[in-house]
Amino acid sequence: MSAAPGAPLLSIDKLARSFGALSAVAGVSLAVGRAERRAVIGPNGAGKTTLFNLITGQLAPSGGRVVFDGVPVTGLAPHAVARRGISRSFQRNNLFPGLTVLESLRLAAAADGRGSYRLFGDVARLRAPLDRARETAAAVGLADRIDAPAGALSYGEQRQLEVGIALATRPKLLLLDEPTAGMSPEETDRMTRLLVGLPREVTLLIIEHDMDVVASLADRVTVLHYGEVLLEGSFAEVKADPRVYEVYLGSA
Amino acid sequence: MAFAPDFFAQALNGLAYGVLLFLLSVGLTLIFGMLDVVNLAHGSFYMLGAYAGLTLIGATGSFWIALLLAPLLVGGIGALLERVCLRPLYGRPPLDQVLLTFGFIYLFEDLVKWIWGGRIRSIPPPDLFKGSVTLFGATIPSYRLFVIAFGLAVAVLLWLLIERTRLGAIIRAGVFDAEMTAGLGINIHRVFTAVFAFGAALGGLSGVIAGPIQSAYPAMGAGILIPALIVVVVGGLGSLKGSLAGSLIIGQAETFGKAWLPDSAMLIIYVVMALVVLLRPQGLFGRPLK
Amino acid sequence: MSPARRAVVLVALGLGVLAVAAFPWVAGNYPVKLLQEILIWGIFAMSLDLLMGYAGMVSFGHSAFFGIGGYVAALALKQSAGVVSALVLPALASGLAALVIGFFSIRVGGVYFIMLTLAFSQMFHAYTFQVAWLGAEDGLVGIPRPTVAGVSLATTRSFHLYLLVLAGLAALALWRIVRSPFGHVLRGIRENEARMEAVGYAVGRYKLLAFTVAGTLAGLAGALYAQFNGSITPDAFFWTTSGEALLMVIIGGVGTLGGAVLGAAAFILLQSLVSTYTERWMLILGLTFVGFVLFAPGGIVGALRGRLGLRA
Repeated sequence: MSAAPGAPLLSIDKLARSFGALSAVAGVSLAVGRAERRAVIGPNGAGKTTLFNLITGQLAPSGGRVVFDGVPVTGLAPHAVARRGISRSFQRNNLFPGLTVLESLRLAAAADGRGSYRLFGDVARLRAPLDRARETAAAVGLADRIDAPAGALSYGEQRQLEVGIALATRPKLLLLDEPTAGMSPEETDRMTRLLVGLPREVTLLIIEHDMDVVASLADRVTVLHYGEVLLEGSFAEVKADPRVYEVYLGSA
Repeated sequence: MAFAPDFFAQALNGLAYGVLLFLLSVGLTLIFGMLDVVNLAHGSFYMLGAYAGLTLIGATGSFWIALLLAPLLVGGIGALLERVCLRPLYGRPPLDQVLLTFGFIYLFEDLVKWIWGGRIRSIPPPDLFKGSVTLFGATIPSYRLFVIAFGLAVAVLLWLLIERTRLGAIIRAGVFDAEMTAGLGINIHRVFTAVFAFGAALGGLSGVIAGPIQSAYPAMGAGILIPALIVVVVGGLGSLKGSLAGSLIIGQAETFGKAWLPDSAMLIIYVVMALVVLLRPQGLFGRPLK
Repeated sequence: MSPARRAVVLVALGLGVLAVAAFPWVAGNYPVKLLQEILIWGIFAMSLDLLMGYAGMVSFGHSAFFGIGGYVAALALKQSAGVVSALVLPALASGLAALVIGFFSIRVGGVYFIMLTLAFSQMFHAYTFQVAWLGAEDGLVGIPRPTVAGVSLATTRSFHLYLLVLAGLAALALWRIVRSPFGHVLRGIRENEARMEAVGYAVGRYKLLAFTVAGTLAGLAGALYAQFNGSITPDAFFWTTSGEALLMVIIGGVGTLGGAVLGAAAFILLQSLVSTYTERWMLILGLTFVGFVLFAPGGIVGALRGRLGLRA
C-alpha cells in the first residue's frame, strides 16, 4: 500500500521528543513530497539530528506521528524503518572499519533479506547485491577504490562511502545528515555534484550547514529552531527572511 | 512461636550478607558506570581483602588495624592494575578490557593459593565482638550486628561523599558521561585510576569484614562474583542506591533460599536476574537503556 | 589466494589430516589422548570463535552447552549406545538450550549479555552439583562408547578416527558458514551492529541463529568429551571451562577459526608440559591470558599473518 501520487511521501505530524526537562524536538510537522529535495537547516541544538533519529527509529518519540508512503512508521525499530524504504547516513562516519568499500556496499545492498540467512552457499554467487554494490560505488565516486578497506580511505572518501552505504539499499527516501561535514572545498564540491546527480526517484531530506550546498540542491528548505519549525519555503524565500539571520547569529 | 527466632536470625544473617554484597557491588557498579568496564576480577579484591586481613591480624594482633590497612592495600593493587594493564586498553574494544579482568581472576586466585596455601583459613572476630547477643529469642553473634551497623554507616558516608562533595560530583559526572567530563578539563585518567582503586578498596573492605564470617579460601572471590553481578544488574549499573537495594534484596533472597530451599536457592536467584534483565534491563535505579 | 598458495595449503592440510589419523598407529597412549583432547576442545573453541570472532558476541557462559551435551550424551548412552545417543540427542538438547538462553541474553546485548550468559552456565553448575540423579559432585561415570554403523568405538583406534571425522566435519561446516551470506552478515554485525540495523538487518535474529549454531557445536564437543572420558562432572559447566575455551580462541587468534584449533593445541600441550613441573598452572594460565590480551591481540594466527605478510 502506498500513498496516492499527489500525497506527500513523508508526513510528520507534531513529532516530539524530550529528555527529562529538555525538549529536543517540540512538535515538528512537515511533509516531503515525492522526488522532492528538502533541506533542513538551523543552528546547532535545533533538533535536526534528533528529528532524523525519530524518523528512522533510533529514538522513540514522546509524541506525534510519522507516516511514510501512506503507512505509519512511528516508533518502529531501525531495521523495520529501513525495510520500508527510508535510509540514512550519519553525521559522524558510521562505517564498517574492517570491510572494503565493495563488501560494505554489498552488505547494504543485500539487506532486503533474501538469501542472507543461508548458512551454506557462496556469498559471491549472490549477483544482485554485488552488481548493485558496484553501481553504487560508481554513483558515489568510489569505483576506483572499491577494494580499499574503509580504514584506508581519506576522510572525504569515507564520507562518500557513508552516503554510499545508505544509497545501496535503494531507498525511496534518503536522509543525509550533514554529508559534507568536515570536508575541504574540493571534497564539498564533489559531494554536491554527487548529490545533485542522484536519480530523482530517490527523495532527499538533507541536514546541512553549508548554504552553498543547500542552494545547489534544495527545492525547499525547512528551518528548525529550538526543536520547532520556524519557517519553510524556497531557498530564496528563506534566505531573504530576517528571522533566519537572528536565529543563526545568536540572539537565540 | 519457635519459628520467629529462626526467622529473625536468618533475616539478620541475610542483612549481614547483604552488607558484604553492598560493599563489593558498589565498587563494581561505580567502575562500570565510570570506566565502562565489567571488572570480572572484582571478586578477587574481596578475596585479597580477606587474606590481607588474615595476615595483618596475624602480624599485629589487631582486627581494627587490619580493617584500616587491608582496604588501602587492596586499593593500591587496584590502582596498579588499572594504571598498568587497563589503561593501555582504553582505545580498544571494551571486550578486551573484560577479557583482561577475566585473566586476572586466575592470576589472583593462584597467587593466593601459592602464598597462603589452599586450605580454608579461619579468621577470628575482634575481641569486642567475640560473643553473642540474644534478641527476640534468637542468639546472634554480635559480630554480625557490627557488620550490619558498619555497613549502614559506610552507606551513609558514601552517599555523603557522592552527593555532597566536589569529588563526588566529578564521579557522578564521569559516570554519566566520561567524555564530557574530560572536556571540562578534569584529568579523567587520574579520576579513572582513583575510582578503580576506590572500588577495589571497597571490595577489599568487604573481604576483611567477611573474614570472621566466611573464613578465607582461594575460591571465595569467584564465589561471590556472581551474586555481586546479580546485585548490580538488579540494582542498576552505575547506581549507588541500586547497589544498596539490590544487595539487600539478593542478600535476603540467597540466605532464606539456602535455608528453606537449599537445592533451588541459587536457581531462583538466577531466574530473578533473568527476569529483571528481560522486563526492566536498567534494574531498579539504573539509567533507562534507550 | 593465488592458485599456487592454495595448492600448498591444501597439500599441507591433507598431510596434517593423514598425520593425525595415523597417530594411534605410531604413538603411545598418552600422546594419542592429548591429540584426542585437542580435537574435542578444538571443536568447542571453534564454536566459540564463530560467536566471538564473527558475530562479535563475547559469551562467558559457553560451557553451558558443553555441559548439556556431555550430560545428555551420558544419560542417553547409558540407555542405548548408538549414534542417536552419542550425537543427535546431545546436539538437539544443546541447540534447544542455546535457542532459549540466546533468546533471553541477546535481547540485552553488551555487558548484560556477558553477565546473563555467565549466570546461566553457573545456574547449570549449581543444579548438577546438587542433585543426586545426576551424580551430584561426582557426576556420571561408566559412560559406554557408542557403536556406530555396527562398529564398536571402544578401541582407541576406532574412536580416534570417529573423532577425527567429526572434528573435520565440524571444521568444514564452520568454514562454509563463515563464507556464506549468513557469515558475511555476521561480520558486518561484528564491525558495526548499529549500522547493520540502520541498513535493514534484523540483527537480533542473526545473532540468535549464530548463538544456536555455536551452542549446538559446543554441545557436540561436550558429548564427545563424555565419550572420550567415560565420565562427566559438573566442572563441565563451571566458568573455568568457558574461560579455557576463551583463552584458546585468544591464543589462536579471534576470528580465524583455524586459530581456535591452534589455540586448543597450544593450551593442551602447554598444560601437559607445565603440570609436570609445577602446580602453578592457573597462574601461568592467567599470565598467558593477560599477556595475549595486552600484547598479542591477534593471537598466533595474527602473528603468523604479520610474518608472512598476508592480508587480514
